[in-house]
Amino acid sequence: MNVSAISSRKAAMIACHDCHLLCRAPENPGAVPARCPRCHARLHTRKVNSISRTWAFSIAAALFYLPANLLPITHTVQMGLPRSDTIISGVLYFIKTGMWGIALIIFVASILIPLLKLVVLFYLLISVHCRSSWRPRDRTRLFRITEAIGRWSMVDIFAVTILVGLVKLGVVAEADAGQGALFFAAVVITTMLAAMSFDPRLIWDALESDDA
Amino acid sequence: MNLPTLIACHECDLLHRTQPVPSGQTVRCCRCGAVLARTRANYEERILALTLTGLILFLIANLFPFLSFSLEGQIRQITLLSGVAVLYSQGLWAVAGLVLVTIFLAPLSQIVGLLYIFIPLYFRKPAVLSPVVFKMIQKLRPWSMMEVFMLGTLVTVVKLSEMATIIPGVALYALFALVFVLAAVTAGMDPHRFWQQRELQ
Repeated sequence: MNVSAISSRKAAMIACHDCHLLCRAPENPGAVPARCPRCHARLHTRKVNSISRTWAFSIAAALFYLPANLLPITHTVQMGLPRSDTIISGVLYFIKTGMWGIALIIFVASILIPLLKLVVLFYLLISVHCRSSWRPRDRTRLFRITEAIGRWSMVDIFAVTILVGLVKLGVVAEADAGQGALFFAAVVITTMLAAMSFDPRLIWDALESDDA
Repeated sequence: MNLPTLIACHECDLLHRTQPVPSGQTVRCCRCGAVLARTRANYEERILALTLTGLILFLIANLFPFLSFSLEGQIRQITLLSGVAVLYSQGLWAVAGLVLVTIFLAPLSQIVGLLYIFIPLYFRKPAVLSPVVFKMIQKLRPWSMMEVFMLGTLVTVVKLSEMATIIPGVALYALFALVFVLAAVTAGMDPHRFWQQRELQ
């Protein structure tokens, strides 16, 4: 493939968001939203309201992150002994009982990934606001990794689902899910939606206006 | 209106001139490194074979016993979706819904959608609404989380095996295989080629 070092937006063209067909931008934008001739999707130069949507979902996720970590995610009763665990107390319990591998998986998937995801998204949003031209390739890679790892936060939700399904033996052992699970699920959904709303092309747009 | 010899990178918007790509190659954007196209030999046959395998594994994973848990002489056997029903009965219907979508509805729609597109494609017959179905498959992909569910299962199995006996069922093995089949389907997809074929029809 040969390079013509110019973006499609500068060349007055629009790449379809769904099928990636390159179309000529309409002469009078804003009249009727143009549609892709191949797949009939609405054509937009960039994802619609990318920045505000990403901010909204990221802030919502940050708000859900607190109750997700403070409220218990499981309630268990074993031999008449009740016990409630938050995500963090669960990790500490695994470390105490020597299950290092599980402690590490839960810590990375439930605490580290959502937190890193939020930090990265806020950083990318601010860098786009400031029209930063610093290492765009690395920032795009950062976004790509963020988008790909987000789904792994669901590990804890799935682990709890199987736990409450299995541990149903009346007086011998019982397990229930706590309200923390609800907020944690909200964190996962909102961070995924935030990453999907972000348009990495905005990182590169800042570079263009510089040489224009 | 369309300009077939040019494509724009979907991640940084850089324009590239296209050339025919030999099969088995991956084409990346020269500015940001995003994958622009991936060509595979016997593309239709491969996807169809993998998807049929996926459907069989999905049925086994959902119809056969998943795990058994035994403690103090009592035993409980569950299927893949038992946990969802328990979450729902505890009033956590939103969490139950999310799990149902990510481990059942999204993967099932993906498999059925792929069969709907690739069976006619294999026999060179036109399929109605295939662009709509193809877009649905692309949009559902992030929400289909079988591999994450597999890791969650392993976490719970290791955790509970300290205090009780866990007996893996046939469905667990089917799920394990399904994770790899679905990953192969995702890696083997060539959306660029799908849309080009639509154009030629």
